[in-house]
Amino acid sequence: MASGGLSDFFSNIKALPWNVRDAVIRHGAPTSDRTRSQAVFNNVFLHIHSTRVHPHSLRFSYTWGLGVALASLFGILTVTGLLLMVYYVPSTDLAYTSIKDLHSVVPFGGLMRNMHRWGAHLMVALVILHMARVFYTASYKDKREFNWVVGVALFVLTLALSFTGYLLPWDQLAYWAVTIGANIAGSPDELTHALGLPAAFNVGELQKEILLGASTVGQQALTRFYLLHVVVLPLLVTALVALHIWRIRKDGGLTRPEAANTAAPEPAQPESAPTKTFGLMCVVKDSAPHVGKDPDETVPSWPYLLRAELLVFMATLLACLALGHFFDAPLAEYANPDMPENPAKAPWYFLGLQEMVSYSAFLGGIALPGLIVVVLALVPFLDREKEPSGVWFSGGKGLAVTIVSLIYGAAAAVASVAVPVRYGWLRDWYPEIPQLAIIACNPGSLLAVVYGIWCFVVMRVTRSTRMGAIALLTCTLVGFAILTYVGTYLRGPNWAFYWSQADWPLH
Amino acid sequence: MSNLEPDALPRRTFLGSLGMGTAILAAVGSVFVSIRLLKPRARPEAATIVRVGKPEDFPPGTVKVIPEHQVRIVSTDAGIAALSMVCTHLGCVVNEVAEGFHCPCHGSKFDGEGKIKSGPAPRSLPWLQVSQAPDGMLLVDAKSDIAPGTFYSV
Repeated sequence: MASGGLSDFFSNIKALPWNVRDAVIRHGAPTSDRTRSQAVFNNVFLHIHSTRVHPHSLRFSYTWGLGVALASLFGILTVTGLLLMVYYVPSTDLAYTSIKDLHSVVPFGGLMRNMHRWGAHLMVALVILHMARVFYTASYKDKREFNWVVGVALFVLTLALSFTGYLLPWDQLAYWAVTIGANIAGSPDELTHALGLPAAFNVGELQKEILLGASTVGQQALTRFYLLHVVVLPLLVTALVALHIWRIRKDGGLTRPEAANTAAPEPAQPESAPTKTFGLMCVVKDSAPHVGKDPDETVPSWPYLLRAELLVFMATLLACLALGHFFDAPLAEYANPDMPENPAKAPWYFLGLQEMVSYSAFLGGIALPGLIVVVLALVPFLDREKEPSGVWFSGGKGLAVTIVSLIYGAAAAVASVAVPVRYGWLRDWYPEIPQLAIIACNPGSLLAVVYGIWCFVVMRVTRSTRMGAIALLTCTLVGFAILTYVGTYLRGPNWAFYWSQADWPLH
Repeated sequence: MSNLEPDALPRRTFLGSLGMGTAILAAVGSVFVSIRLLKPRARPEAATIVRVGKPEDFPPGTVKVIPEHQVRIVSTDAGIAALSMVCTHLGCVVNEVAEGFHCPCHGSKFDGEGKIKSGPAPRSLPWLQVSQAPDGMLLVDAKSDIAPGTFYSV
């Protein structure tokens, strides 16, 4: 017999493509609901998804695809970021020219940098919208409190990622934005000074030095920010995103209104049916949970959920590509520590805070943002009403509260800018006034108090913590939007108020 | 109840606590080391005590700004004084104007002696310690903060 050995060897070579394919793709294309489930849970990259989803969760008008868009953006930013890292040098001498090289000599370098920049801004904008969506559909209730807090942590990490990345080009914009940011880290000293506490309490100075590795923004700061931006923060975000998605699954998928559960109701019990209780005997491996037709309305994730995710990813990628192609990311002159920008503005998402900071660094930079983050995290613990989640604004009453709060919040925010612009503020009337009075009483703190009072009034009148929460968040969102607008378009040199940039005084 | 014969501590409990204790110590130690590493013992910056020149270079009536350290030296009949040009709000460099100093970042205004007049800055511009090195060169401590109106007589 001449078989075996050599002839086996050659027939194995001939069969190679099919054997390799079968080794990689074990089950072939799914043809039944069971194999569709397997395609998801047997796959290491896909198995964080649940194998079935409710069709209501796939509705665009429910979630606007914001969560998936954010995850897509994180992926896009990671890939463009890695490509940028091939050329970027985190040195104060070389960073700026490496960015210029990306735009001039690196093929698609400019596109990658632009996509990275606009993708980052888009991510900050979408994270706020996503938080608003989850909030207004009351999806933080009933065992989802933990996931909401994880979401708040992701919000803070997104801002931190954006801010650390902001320094890396080492241009005038970057240098002064970070100088201001670092001094805000040092601003608890404003409070300890005003209170007359001894120097040992100057935690601000310590914080600032740990952030910068020195007392001013220099190479040490660039190295630290680069490390944070490229390694530490992305790792933290990855871990928390995994936790966030896992918890959605464990909490039963996305929230949905009661009305969406139109699955077959319990079959009517015949009167003479024996009532018998059943005990769990054992859990058997590899048996499908439902036999025959599912009693609920879920659809398999393969292909419906994955297809929806792919669609949102493509749309997000398209948006980044379009923005990156048509608009160049800004690059000001090389950083010059002797010449501050005038006006020196923070990135847009911090401009609302910069309005507050222009009265008190501690209040606008630490106290207010800290308060906002803490109150956000506490929302699901302060509003524990049992209500059907999954309904936008929790119904007509909530919509009414939202609209009224919008108007009230907008009016208060406009007043908080208009009054000081027209009449000045405390130190203009009482030059000797102590700094403590200004920390306590300034447009930022007063706005917070005014919003807080509104929240309590709504809670009292509607007898509902949920309505109070809606009132407070709506005020905060609209106040944030208005102050950001003011900081962007209506503030010129020396942070003075100008109706248009044409009115700015020339040097 | 008499406690003359307390319950014996089981050997396995003792060894277990010892193990857990060392693990906790290791964790605490690692955290401490990681955080302490972040604050260097020496800063990679120029010294904050600046040699500004010989006393003869500053006859009464001189005003000189050292841009690298944001220090403004003024010499009068009462002696030599130094003012910091770093705004006490968020660290921008102030511009000198007729009425004193203005900060371009958020509009803080200081008078000619650095006293805060308006704007978000919490404190006046610090006056800096002026002294002399053994070789007679004038020294200014850019990170000091002394009483305003203090003049150093050579």
